[in-house]
Amino acid sequence: MSTPPATTPDLDLDDEFDYKRSPVQRLQIFLHRYPWMSSLVVLIGVILVFALVNERFLLPATVSLMLQQTVIVGTLAIAQTLIILTAGIDLSIGAIMIFGQMVMANFAVYTTASNVLPVAGTNPYIAILLGILAATGAGAINGLLIVRFSLPPFIVTLGTWSVFMGITLILFKARTIQGPEMPELMKLLGDAFPVGPYRFTFGFVVMFVLYLIFAWVLKNTAWGTHVYAVGDDPVAAQLSGINTKRVLFSVYLVAGVVMGIAAWITIGRVGSASPNVDAMLNLQTITAVVIGGTSLFGGRGAVIGSLIGALIVNAVEMGLSLAGVDQAYRTASIGILVIAAVGADQWIRRVKA
Amino acid sequence: MTEPIVKGRNLVKRFGSVVGLNHADFDLYPGEVLAVIGDNGAGKSTLIKCFAGAHPPDEGEMWLQGEQVEFRSTHEARERGVETVFQTLAVAPALDVAANLYLGREERKSGPLGSVLRMLDKKGMRQRSSDHLQNLGISTLQNITQAVETLSGGQRQAVSVARAAAFGSQVIILDEPTAALGVRESAKVLNLVQDLRGRGISVILISHNMPQVFEVADRIHVQRLGHRAAVVTPQTHSMNDAVAIMTGALQVPENEQTLTPLSSPA
Repeated sequence: MSTPPATTPDLDLDDEFDYKRSPVQRLQIFLHRYPWMSSLVVLIGVILVFALVNERFLLPATVSLMLQQTVIVGTLAIAQTLIILTAGIDLSIGAIMIFGQMVMANFAVYTTASNVLPVAGTNPYIAILLGILAATGAGAINGLLIVRFSLPPFIVTLGTWSVFMGITLILFKARTIQGPEMPELMKLLGDAFPVGPYRFTFGFVVMFVLYLIFAWVLKNTAWGTHVYAVGDDPVAAQLSGINTKRVLFSVYLVAGVVMGIAAWITIGRVGSASPNVDAMLNLQTITAVVIGGTSLFGGRGAVIGSLIGALIVNAVEMGLSLAGVDQAYRTASIGILVIAAVGADQWIRRVKA
Repeated sequence: MTEPIVKGRNLVKRFGSVVGLNHADFDLYPGEVLAVIGDNGAGKSTLIKCFAGAHPPDEGEMWLQGEQVEFRSTHEARERGVETVFQTLAVAPALDVAANLYLGREERKSGPLGSVLRMLDKKGMRQRSSDHLQNLGISTLQNITQAVETLSGGQRQAVSVARAAAFGSQVIILDEPTAALGVRESAKVLNLVQDLRGRGISVILISHNMPQVFEVADRIHVQRLGHRAAVVTPQTHSMNDAVAIMTGALQVPENEQTLTPLSSPA
């Protein structure tokens, strides 16, 4: 695209740039550009404080455990981040993941004796694929309801949360499929390998690779730019020629894929497939995303922040637990972190040149 | 006589029970600056949004360069060289200046990085954005990677105008481009409008500011109650006449109107 050289009117707006910024304003602008930076500072601070309080905090065993504990919420947080970037929210995220994992496990399980599906012993690769497809389908249903019928994501996913939970219980009863009932591949992502004194699980590696992929895609593709634009100002995005409905739908679809992969990771991490994994997963992912500096109002943030957010939550839990703090106080402290993070976001969003 | 570059006939647009456009006609001729004025609710923005592709009319036909068109999205209009600066500016606040200029028409890297991985040519887009702004004389937006929301109202307007000017090859529509601007900045935008005309681009300018309209427009389309009340020129009618037509106090017979340009514009 080339513009013919113009006989140019002088449209200089020089003097508008003639202002001084205070250090606080400069910090605000910096954080505005890299919202996850403040989370990184908080994470480092948290690690430093707990390391000083208790030398066990930085033991390889403790660190390895913390990283392993991050995988479920951490992976689901990728899906949640994508959705929150579009100014949406997904409350059904845990239910979709559980649905996906029960599909996987029930297909792959060795015998039909205790299984509702008459298809036990499916090739585990196919079972995993079916589970991911099931989660993707569930994500697509959310996307369809939100895009096609213009329903608010909060209400849609509040509803589908119960619906997917119900379907899971109807199809697979409330039965937990134990680890030994499943082929090894199903539990592979829970296996650990040593790196020096540390132990990483394959699930952690998969999660980390997913973070790298999505960080790259959001930054370097038109789709990524459009996800931000749609969350930022949907009307402006549409007037700029972006097919906002297609972008929105694709986000819920892709989020479904990530939830399906998270289902596989969860089976490995937990060692079994149970419909009662954790009812709080929805809220935990939102917590990680928000603490990671992504704005609930959409258009601002980065996936990498959500990994940092998930790590902060785990570090605080672990640190307080090592310090012998009661569970009730730990829960409350995470709540305070969330509110502080949203407060910081509001301040950063008020940035003015 | 030359053909209109943009032509609309019998355009009707309803919003529920509200009639936005009531059998409106419209003609824009090549190389002219056509101002569109009218009272609030006369259907100015509704009219131009049909040509911008923001919303299709319920009835009526539109032509671009003699060819009948149906724009279902702004994307389709842009592909035909029709660019619009909407009243709301339609910029994404959190994205930077370069990303906004190329929003909805991002360019990919050449080679497999672009075709397989669909990687954007960010560096190239930034470079070309910078060139566009320079060409338009808005070079003082030094930092092309600055988020648009950190810019002042005037600068945002400059980004939006620059986007239209950089890509609009046929027609540029400006909906109240000076509404958010001070006197000095408004003058610059008007200079830009004249500059666009100098480059042979046809311009539709919606404005409430009568002195501005009379300064830059070749012809003035007066919109009233959802249709075209008259087309006059700054030479044939005064500002008071224009206001009178807007309010319905004055009716101009067709032979006293300027439905086609007086002479071929320079």
